[in-house]
Amino acid sequence: MYSNIAQLVEQGKKTSLPQVILEDEQELTQLPLEEIRETFRRRWQVMRESARRAMEEPQSMVGNLIRGQSQRQNVYSRGFTLSGESMNRMMAMAFSGSEVNAGMGRICAAPTAGACGILPAVLLEAAEKTGASEEALLDALIVAAGFGAVITKNATVSGAEGGCQAECGTAAAMAAAGAVHLAGGTPEMCAQACAIALMNCMGLICDPVAGLVQLPCSFRNASQSVNALTSADMALAGQNAVIPADEVIESMYQVGRKLPLEFRETALGGIAATETAKSIAGTIFGEH
Amino acid sequence: MNLSVFEVLGPVMIGPSSSHTAGAAKLARVAALIAGKPFDKVEFGLHGSFAKTGRGHGTDRALLAGAMGIREDDEALRDAFSLAEKAGLSYSFPEIDLPDSHENSARITFFHRDGTRTVVEGSSIGGGRIRINSIDGLAAGFSAEQPTLLIAQRDIAGVVSRIGTILASQGINIGVMRLSREARGKGAVTVLETDSPVPDSALEQLREAPGVLSVRLIDLNR
Repeated sequence: MYSNIAQLVEQGKKTSLPQVILEDEQELTQLPLEEIRETFRRRWQVMRESARRAMEEPQSMVGNLIRGQSQRQNVYSRGFTLSGESMNRMMAMAFSGSEVNAGMGRICAAPTAGACGILPAVLLEAAEKTGASEEALLDALIVAAGFGAVITKNATVSGAEGGCQAECGTAAAMAAAGAVHLAGGTPEMCAQACAIALMNCMGLICDPVAGLVQLPCSFRNASQSVNALTSADMALAGQNAVIPADEVIESMYQVGRKLPLEFRETALGGIAATETAKSIAGTIFGEH
Repeated sequence: MNLSVFEVLGPVMIGPSSSHTAGAAKLARVAALIAGKPFDKVEFGLHGSFAKTGRGHGTDRALLAGAMGIREDDEALRDAFSLAEKAGLSYSFPEIDLPDSHENSARITFFHRDGTRTVVEGSSIGGGRIRINSIDGLAAGFSAEQPTLLIAQRDIAGVVSRIGTILASQGINIGVMRLSREARGKGAVTVLETDSPVPDSALEQLREAPGVLSVRLIDLNR
């Protein structure tokens, strides 16, 4: 049993992180391990599909604020880029999750619907780099879910409670830990990656234009995927976050609690409160 | 951890919002199961955030889809309006005020073909989870996460113990039990959440028990 990252890492060193997380879930649900793994497999199927769907076909949605972003980034990734083809392809996959979600398509919340693009994009890109097998990918997903469970329990993953740092930030922290595991990093490195990713977006507010889960959500899905992958690289390089992941998680929670209501999914502050955002809201909903 | 990893990695749902889309669809789907008989009109009274920000999140389509039995992870949810039209189902979404209710709440009224009505009030409480607050004005308070029995009965001595005996004889453990009634000696409703599935044989025995007026099983896994 674990109830924080330090315990998860300690136990993971003895066996492996996926095993600790699966056995913990088994103790909670009393279900056979293979059935739990099968549920992960089915959820991963949904995640994988949502990461590819909008790359191939732009999705329609209320207001169409982010329609076509995924395909655009994907096309661009094949030509000249500053950050490289794979980074751009990963952003295209993250955009895809956001587009599918906004277009009322099928997604798997991770940890929320608004942040659903990040984890599949990062794991797919990491798997591409490492040439990981399907089972290894599933293990990485399990690691990400274990880290996410700790953050959910000890902090919050609700934008209305903790801002975007709680949604996209948590998704990035989960993805960073999963990517490190996929690349063969130690449990300790997974925790470092989780801490670094959360530090990098500490204080990020939730300010959706017109209250829709589109802007700036989709850009944050793309940029937090980058945060996750680079945090994983920093951890794999041996960088030390110095502040333990559990303390970073607690500080994220405390920052969230101090965020004014305007910055917690109410569409009353930040980007949502700009003149242009208000005008967009008026056009979509006919409000003045 | 006392939290399932699938609460973090999930639910699998139709976007964009677990509370305003997936939760809304599940709420209406459970409400329709509670209503339990055909209807040709349904009214969704929207309270709080459901009324204010529901439109952008497809709350209206999700509710309507759920009422038609469409699951919260089924992309048919998107086409709820045209599917309702084809089915000859009329619907409306008035804005209402439900005092002391959760921000994401609705009062769903089913107008049955036999002229009767069923009124279900419930809330989408986050992450796609729901709570049924009342049925036809009687307090309910269940999540439908577990198999749930709704038993309408006469408010007389012995009925509750008979129900308990029947379930025990089938090896079914009761997790939560709530009894509410209109007034002493009038109609009463028992809500029972069980730890395991309820077989048809148990349902038959319950229906035949003296004092029991009707039995309905809400089991989303069946």
